[in-house]
Amino acid sequence: MVTSLDKVPDVGQGGSVVAGMVTPTEPAISARLRRRKRPVGAILGATWLVIVILAAVLAQALPLPKPAALGNTFAAMPSWDHWLGTDGLGRDVLSRIVFGARGSMAVAIGATSLALVIGVPLGMISGFFRGATDAGISLFVNFMLSFPPLIFLIAVVTALKPGILTLVVALALLGIPTFARVARANTIALADREFVTAARALGASPLRILRRELLANVMLPILSLALVVMATLVVAEGTLSFLGLGIPPPTPSWGGMLSAGRDSLRTHPLLVFVPALFFFLTVLAFNMLGDWARSRVGRSSSI
Amino acid sequence: MIKVRNPASAGGLSVATSGTPEVATDEVPGRQTDDRASSAQRVRRAKRWLAAVTRLVLLLFLVTVSTFGLLKLTPGSPIDAILPPDATPAQIASARAEFGLNQPLAVQYVHWLGHVLTGHLGDSYSTRQPVSGIIADAAPVSLEIATVALLTALLFSVPVAVWAAYRPGRLVDRVSNFVTSATLATPAFVLGVLIVFVFGVQLGWFPILGWVPFSENPVSHVEHLVLPVVTLALGECVLFTRLLKGDMMATLQQDHVLSARARGLPTWRILIKHALRQSSFSLVTVMGVVVGRLIGGTVLVEYIFSIPGMGSVVIRAVTSRDYIVIQAVVLLTALLYLAINTLVDLSYPLLDPRVRKGRAW
Repeated sequence: MVTSLDKVPDVGQGGSVVAGMVTPTEPAISARLRRRKRPVGAILGATWLVIVILAAVLAQALPLPKPAALGNTFAAMPSWDHWLGTDGLGRDVLSRIVFGARGSMAVAIGATSLALVIGVPLGMISGFFRGATDAGISLFVNFMLSFPPLIFLIAVVTALKPGILTLVVALALLGIPTFARVARANTIALADREFVTAARALGASPLRILRRELLANVMLPILSLALVVMATLVVAEGTLSFLGLGIPPPTPSWGGMLSAGRDSLRTHPLLVFVPALFFFLTVLAFNMLGDWARSRVGRSSSI
Repeated sequence: MIKVRNPASAGGLSVATSGTPEVATDEVPGRQTDDRASSAQRVRRAKRWLAAVTRLVLLLFLVTVSTFGLLKLTPGSPIDAILPPDATPAQIASARAEFGLNQPLAVQYVHWLGHVLTGHLGDSYSTRQPVSGIIADAAPVSLEIATVALLTALLFSVPVAVWAAYRPGRLVDRVSNFVTSATLATPAFVLGVLIVFVFGVQLGWFPILGWVPFSENPVSHVEHLVLPVVTLALGECVLFTRLLKGDMMATLQQDHVLSARARGLPTWRILIKHALRQSSFSLVTVMGVVVGRLIGGTVLVEYIFSIPGMGSVVIRAVTSRDYIVIQAVVLLTALLYLAINTLVDLSYPLLDPRVRKGRAW
């Protein structure tokens, strides 16, 4: 009785408790092996994202026609000259996808970073000091959450001048509440831990505790969440571009391409399928990578 | 953990041996734990209500101020839309005075709020119609699509989730897992366009554009409703299935389910009365998020299928820079969203006694 209380059976640590003794068992070993299995989904996802981001960064250097260059083959099927075919104006679809990835990735990464930089400190301060500070920041966060996301984006895009910077700001505003909430919850959970008490006893200032003791611990689950947020922001940017409110038309964007392709859905569905496939794979890649990261870091305490 | 406080698990077993299992089954365990609240609890409850009301009032203030500010931030003023471009400064000044634009912002805000509260949302810059009339025409369409989509999503997701949780790893579970992951990675607008392609263009089963009012032609009305509703419902359906299945699988591991099974209750009764009722709480917790998604999704679906609802109104307003219409739509959807979220928040403690103790934001 005493031994079983002392040694709590820990399933998945490679042993089972039999009369107080840890003995390795058959299923436990296979469980260990299973855990060591390569995360195929995450690797595939990471590979895809690396390809997309590299292509976006190196777009100028790649041997592609200019995304705005008008050709003489209109709405053509894929060929050796145009790997993904051409659109209704004779522009190379692959080139437009690659250059469109620039906008999507820049906006998603920029907005997520901005949201992290603002949201995490807000949440940490809120969770660390509690009281009136917490109430104030909570009110601010709840205020941002009191608009339906798409309506909020439409309102911000309307109020500011259209362009990439506006998109980054608007999407960052959408991401801030998510990060602030999780940062707050994790800070509250960590603030009572021994290492924080020790730091406080050693005379560390609140700022130092937040920066040196808490930040790294709070950031880990948040970075895994950031991948999922990035996926939603890619979708949000695509939605706005699809509605004609995102990246302005001459600049290629996946959402814009999809929207334009709708007109020739009956005759050239490929113009819709290609950007649709790229959206699907990219969001799937972010989700897979995010799921894997979250399973490694442990479930974050709130969504 | 052994749940001793569960009256049904102790009482239920004795009933089961006596051969009449139905008698004790209608009590859901854990419901009757705290009927009588102590005075301290009552004070705490009153404080929580007061805090909720204060927060709501502050949020309402912030939402109205910011939507009011939206119109002030946007380039151009209503004056530009009304006066000819070559108006003299005197004309502009008198128009400003007429619209009250020369008053302090706070006064303008109070005036505007008064107008809004009495249903005067102003006139559209581009069509000159009263905004309240435009919205009264468009809102029922959007509400119908969103409501039907929500009900459809529930109708499909609940049975699938229950069965997938009951038989994990089997056909229903596998198929639903595959569909769920695939749909989660497909943005709503991509899904909408693909659905148009498959069911509208390739198969030609349903019309892909436009809207026919119910009063005009009920059959055609339903036909035009199908694809938008499917597009909108699919995303929610996937969310519900995932959530409910996870919760159900946890619930099915609990002691009261085992005890119900030991009493020999039929499977459907265990699943529905003992597990689903408890797990359906997780659906309520996401209702706030779901309403936000539905509002956004309705905008998209109306854009894709050319349906004359609120979404089309707001998109048209954005492209024609009709700021006063945007302001009205933003304000109304935010108020609706806030109201529903508040109701959801307040319903937690009523539905689940475990929440009454502590809570996060």
